[in-house]
Amino acid sequence: MNQTTQTLPEYNYKVVGQFAVMTVVWGIVGMSVGVLIAAQLIWPELNFETPWLTYSRLRPLHTNAVIFAFGGCALFATSYYVVQRTSQVRLFSDKLAAFTFWGWQAVIVLAALTLPQGLTSTKEYAELEWPIDILIALVWVAYLINFFGTMIIRKVSHIYVANWFYGAFIITVLVLHIANSMAIPVSFTKSYSLYGGAVDAMMQWWYGHNAVGFFLTAGFLGMMYYFVPKQAGRPVYSYRLSVIHFWALISLYIWAGPHHLHYTALPDWTQSLGMVMSVILFVPSWGGMINGIMTLSGAWHKLRTDPILRFLIVSLSFYGMSTFEGPMMAIKTVNALSHYTDWTIGHVHSGALGWVAMVSIGAVYHLIPVLFNKPSMYSTRLINTHFWLATVGVVLYIVAMWLSGVMQGLMWRAINTDGTLTYSFVQSLEASYKFYFIRFIGGCFVVAGMLTMAYNVFKTIRMPSEETTEDNAVAAPQAA
Amino acid sequence: MDSATSGTIYTLIVFISFIGVVLWAFSKRSKESFDEAANLVFDDEKQANLKQESSTNE
Repeated sequence: MNQTTQTLPEYNYKVVGQFAVMTVVWGIVGMSVGVLIAAQLIWPELNFETPWLTYSRLRPLHTNAVIFAFGGCALFATSYYVVQRTSQVRLFSDKLAAFTFWGWQAVIVLAALTLPQGLTSTKEYAELEWPIDILIALVWVAYLINFFGTMIIRKVSHIYVANWFYGAFIITVLVLHIANSMAIPVSFTKSYSLYGGAVDAMMQWWYGHNAVGFFLTAGFLGMMYYFVPKQAGRPVYSYRLSVIHFWALISLYIWAGPHHLHYTALPDWTQSLGMVMSVILFVPSWGGMINGIMTLSGAWHKLRTDPILRFLIVSLSFYGMSTFEGPMMAIKTVNALSHYTDWTIGHVHSGALGWVAMVSIGAVYHLIPVLFNKPSMYSTRLINTHFWLATVGVVLYIVAMWLSGVMQGLMWRAINTDGTLTYSFVQSLEASYKFYFIRFIGGCFVVAGMLTMAYNVFKTIRMPSEETTEDNAVAAPQAA
Repeated sequence: MDSATSGTIYTLIVFISFIGVVLWAFSKRSKESFDEAANLVFDDEKQANLKQESSTNE
């Protein structure tokens, strides 16, 4: 209660800094692999007839790298930072923090080594084989203990709403990961899932969609609830709304998985249930988005001068767009058109590049000067350059995929008067080439933005430190 | 008890709990503590209030 009178503790910024720097590094790696495989879809020769450079092996590497390496590091960095600052206490354990950092990097490196070799459990977004799965579980338990331990020893009476979202993300991901990864190993590098048939499919998409819901949404909403108010310099628009947002979101998300399995062997009622829950999910999603954007009310002028804030607010616009698009695509009749087409890929990237990446990038730009004890980022102009590169890249990407996806859906269902198909699959593929090229260009923009960021971060860390540590920053740690 | 009955009871429990959350969130008593919590974002920089604006670095 009397948090105003006490002096603030020395926070553990070392682990936050390590994760923040690795966010940038893995972002570049993961997105570059994405650009390579996008290019392979236009110029197949780019696999150089090498098995480990083929699309089939690099695609899971791309998804794992951007979701778990880039997104994961951003979540670790910001959650450790936010929980310390809003609890006004140092991390529960520095040793556990170091273990989560090195353990998580080990997981990423092992993924980069095994996936191109073709070692995979074949479960989408959970491709890693069982020894790595066990390491993930251990790291995650350490993360959970450290995060909740810090919340328990907090020096303030309230638990700030961002920590609720981070907490839900950490608990749910542990449950999802362990339940979905249950497998029987037959050798060190091969295992078979404990589930079979339609049950396996349901487990997989219960995991898959909640990886979206909790890893890529709840965690990043935690980020949003700290960094948007902080950067805007005013408290969140409505704390009441944020509380309702939290409970509504976590109680609805868990049911939406079956929309990945429309018109499959899954029982019909399960598909319909998944559809209804997905449509309802629109409400809390937009509640959260409006709450974030309205935090700026009365301070809109800051968008003109602050590109970090622009990243955060535009990320929320993309969040709003993709959480409108998602429920719509979950409707079975819409899904009959969109399923298996590039529309899905466009939707995913509007969420991943627009929402997840932009909010993370904004948060990292906010963090770097604080962590390394600098007055500000090396160049605000370069942040602005990055903002436009990212925005143009995302827009090119998603518009190309929308056009390609709807076109594919229409071509696949077109039927002649005698009941035969109007187009062959190859014809629809040929029609997609030009859109694949636009997608490739969009990807190049996004990677160029990340390289700009890396340069800016590097120059910032190299800048002379602030002389007096008015802020409670500890001696700045070296980069990872 | 068959699965339909247990499903119905579960749905009702979740629904009632959610109404409870809404009533709690909008009650007058929560207002003050919510305001306090909302400002936790800024309480971490009591000694360096000026920093916040300078971080925008126009």
